[in-house]
Amino acid sequence: MKEEARKPLGRGQRWIPHPLLTLLLIGIWILLQNSFSVAHLLLGIALGIIFPLMTASFWPDRPNVHNYGKALAYFVMVVGDIVVANIEVARLILFAKVADLHTCWVRVPLELTSPEAITLFAGTITMTPGTVSCDLSADGRSLLVHCLNEPDPEAAVQRMKSRYEARLMEIFT
Amino acid sequence: MTLFVEILVSVLIVVSALFLLVGSWGMIRMPDLMTRLHAPTKATTLGVGGALLASITYFSVFEGQFTAHELLISMFLFLTAPITAQFLAKAHMHRNLDPVRDVPRAGEHGWSTYEAPAPSEVADAGDRHH
Repeated sequence: MKEEARKPLGRGQRWIPHPLLTLLLIGIWILLQNSFSVAHLLLGIALGIIFPLMTASFWPDRPNVHNYGKALAYFVMVVGDIVVANIEVARLILFAKVADLHTCWVRVPLELTSPEAITLFAGTITMTPGTVSCDLSADGRSLLVHCLNEPDPEAAVQRMKSRYEARLMEIFT
Repeated sequence: MTLFVEILVSVLIVVSALFLLVGSWGMIRMPDLMTRLHAPTKATTLGVGGALLASITYFSVFEGQFTAHELLISMFLFLTAPITAQFLAKAHMHRNLDPVRDVPRAGEHGWSTYEAPAPSEVADAGDRHH
């Protein structure tokens, strides 16, 4: 695994099994305190080491994030899309005639396989323009998505796949 | 400078209040549960986000203390909104929708709401490709 190769200390692997989770916990602790001091930082680091150790057995695999630059770019793009989605849905709610809405269900076939990537993809679909992800198929290979106003369901599926899934593929594999 | 920030904060609060209002209005106006689900997952995100931005700006400039609690709130919101929407949709599918007539086929196997995944398939789907 790449992460292991990147780590300088072999023993660090044992004490910090999830470096990302540790960083996240430290960040959340400092944000919760709402002020920065060395004491908070030290306590945050202690918690960031203790919690992943206590919960390690619940996390058999680590998310395989291979490209943090692309992950950041993805995040920025999704935030932009959320703003667009809000305006678009607000416009539909205020001005569209309810009878004119082309609501439909679509099935999005998945190429992503890791649970973390599928979760992110489903979450992104829900937060972005006119679509809510509703279910995962029993074999984990397709998502059920509801569209608020989509005259062309086939194009919607292609848009979701090319805009989000393709980028997530690059981030996670 | 102060005036500019005051205007910025006011605009943020008014715009986010408008979005929250529209989101709630959508709940009344939309005809069924699935279309209603779109209103709270979208229109309100920007509403809450704008209010939080206003809060960060106000307390950082006028109270002289940088606050970042708000980032946590928006993070929790982004984490919970899609999950809540999915659970509501699943409950709706169970109660009101027919797996054959109302939703598209899920390929070879059914949707997990209606069909428990076969153990072999679960192991298969959870298997990472290395």
